[in-house]
Amino acid sequence: MDSITSAASVVAAGLAVGLGAIGPGLGQGNAAQGAVEGIARQPEAEGKIRGTLLLSFAFMESLTIYGLVVALVLLFANPFAG
Amino acid sequence: MGFPPFLIPFAELEVGQHLYWQIGSLKIHGQVFITSWILLGALIAFVVVGTKKMERDPKGIQNLLEFLWDYIRDLARTQIGEKVYRDWMPFIGTLFLFIFVSNWGGSLVPWRLIRLPSGELGAPTADINTTIALALLVSLSYFYAGLSNKGLRYFEYYVHPTPIMLPFKILEDFTKPLSLSFRLFGNILADELVVAVLVFLVPLVLPIPVMFLGLFTSAIQALIFATLAAYYIGEAVEEHH
Repeated sequence: MDSITSAASVVAAGLAVGLGAIGPGLGQGNAAQGAVEGIARQPEAEGKIRGTLLLSFAFMESLTIYGLVVALVLLFANPFAG
Repeated sequence: MGFPPFLIPFAELEVGQHLYWQIGSLKIHGQVFITSWILLGALIAFVVVGTKKMERDPKGIQNLLEFLWDYIRDLARTQIGEKVYRDWMPFIGTLFLFIFVSNWGGSLVPWRLIRLPSGELGAPTADINTTIALALLVSLSYFYAGLSNKGLRYFEYYVHPTPIMLPFKILEDFTKPLSLSFRLFGNILADELVVAVLVFLVPLVLPIPVMFLGLFTSAIQALIFATLAAYYIGEAVEEHH
């Protein structure tokens, strides 16, 4: 692999995870806020709210994981390595 | 395809290296087969032992198995609906148990003690081929569920609210298996990588909470995969009015 390709791949891998973490981070914050408000309003529903919250967290997290998959492909199985 | 800068002893971190078995013209990843056969054997042995002497008052393993059965039935019933969930419960249950056992088996069993000529043993679901196979099985089954339950009326689903939705619904058939497989693969591989990197940086104590977090997310991912598979099947068999 020539040096410009490897440099670009490493930078792109960092950006893929870093930028991909912004959106889900905001989303998880919003979801957690909603859950805390829900629990404060109705403490007896805590178990149900927690289950739903964790499930939706995992969905949001998978968006960052897609970025991570792209980063891993760039680092370990680079199609442009030649 | 290894990447030269990672030749430092990176806590046995070997992404993209496999134990290849040559079968005909196919190259298959041997380490995935070894671990999945061992874990499947363990799962089958567990179920056989648990159902050998069934009693009216379940105890021990039988109790656990009945709890699992109830859990999977509730999952399938809420997603697929009262009418056809019985046909699909075995499929959903198999998916859930296989993924769960693979994820946990990958991190709880000390596979690293067994040396392989190349690659390393680990969770079978940390290999993209396993997860794509599982996701394609889900795709085939929701098509089959829709066609066998509603016949050609299944394709009404594609133009359901308005015909404008047609291209999106067709695109959805491709993105469903893609997101299912990448979600599972990425999460499990990420867990293994995070633990490996932390072990490389701080070998003592510190990786333990991260390992527990990994166990937790692995369990959630198994649940998500099964829930989504059931949801897709339920969507395909649902009657529109």
